[in-house]
Amino acid sequence: MKFITEFRRSELAGGLISQIHRRSKTSVRFMEFCGGHTVTIFRYGLRQVLPQTIEMVSGPGCPVCVTANADLDKAIALSRLPDVIITTFGDMLKVPASHSSLQKVKADGADVRVVYSTTDALVIAERNPTKSVIFLGIGFETTAPTIAASILQAKARRIKNYYILSVHKLCPPVIRALLDSGEVKLHGLICPGHVSAIIGSHPWEFIARDYNIPCVVSGFEPLDILQCVDMLVAQVENGESKVEIAYRRGVRPEGNREALKLIEQVFEPCPAEWRGIGEVPDSGLRLRKEYQTLAAEFAFDIEPEPAYEPGGCICGDILRGVKTPTDCKLFGKACTPEYPVGPCMVSSEGSCSAYYLYGGDFGG
Amino acid sequence: MCLAIPALIKSIEDKEAEVEIGGITRRISLWLTPEAKVGDYVLVHTGYAINILNQEEAEETLRLFAEITKAEEEV
Repeated sequence: MKFITEFRRSELAGGLISQIHRRSKTSVRFMEFCGGHTVTIFRYGLRQVLPQTIEMVSGPGCPVCVTANADLDKAIALSRLPDVIITTFGDMLKVPASHSSLQKVKADGADVRVVYSTTDALVIAERNPTKSVIFLGIGFETTAPTIAASILQAKARRIKNYYILSVHKLCPPVIRALLDSGEVKLHGLICPGHVSAIIGSHPWEFIARDYNIPCVVSGFEPLDILQCVDMLVAQVENGESKVEIAYRRGVRPEGNREALKLIEQVFEPCPAEWRGIGEVPDSGLRLRKEYQTLAAEFAFDIEPEPAYEPGGCICGDILRGVKTPTDCKLFGKACTPEYPVGPCMVSSEGSCSAYYLYGGDFGG
Repeated sequence: MCLAIPALIKSIEDKEAEVEIGGITRRISLWLTPEAKVGDYVLVHTGYAINILNQEEAEETLRLFAEITKAEEEV
């Protein structure tokens, strides 16, 4: 068992696809919240094998895409301070902020370094004691505990020059905001697998209970997605709405208690600004008071330029699931993965990037 | 961005492990899965194991897929 290739076997996909076709009678719209799921769906052509009754829409589950320009502008402003090293995941480099990007400020001489893990950022901090090392903390519940762990490691190793710009976001509150807006009508939700590996399946229960929307937690291989769609179809056809886990090898109902404990110890919920969606209460994470000296916003005096959104870009509408990338005038013309205008084209799991790379008939 | 990849734990030292990912060896942190043992497969996200994969559940899921496939062939 390697936990990968077994879940890509085409002969098993045929059985699941056949069962979905046989069971699906009602016209439905399912949202895959997570950008990782969007990529699997496009890479394996899963939209094309589903029956006409099932419409799939992509959700806002891409941390790079939903980061507001105002937050990116803070990172840019921090990078321009003397004796500062910005560390970040690679995806963030090309994302256009209001007036620049981390890639551009790096080209202009700022010390911006791509790391694979916060453990790498800690090593950079240890090796550069006269500099301040700021980690751009972007990500959902999956990533937040790794940032929390890095803060505790910095403390244990007496690293005094390590800071966090926390732009973390929480998934359940934004789904509530999307559903409350009434803009997009859903009959099923594919819940994010690795967010759920941390938080478990219980935090999704309000969606099934209060909005009568079936929820299934899915893994990221093609058979995982097909199984998840099949389970959603079964709930719809049986008139049920409950939370189920399809990704049972990776997700427990209670989540990862150790990781949740670390998040709770280091962070507290706060309002957060989501691109295209606006401010959502309790959907962000900020450092608790006892760790606030490590918060880059408090430790450094910065005045970011006023935030600005590029004209014509409809990333916000795409993130809310009300428009698709091919509705955008810039898509594939002024906006490509090489020269992205909006973040959904930058991130490898952004909807625009998935449409562009794998879209085929969708116009890519 | 929430990408996590299955990796096999080869050895453990304190809160760090050496894992094999598709033939490549690298060090990861076990801060989030202190109960992980040598021989476990873990989901690795940005250098941290975020969960231990459950082999029995994986086999059960694959058995279910095989049953569905067999049943659909007979329909």
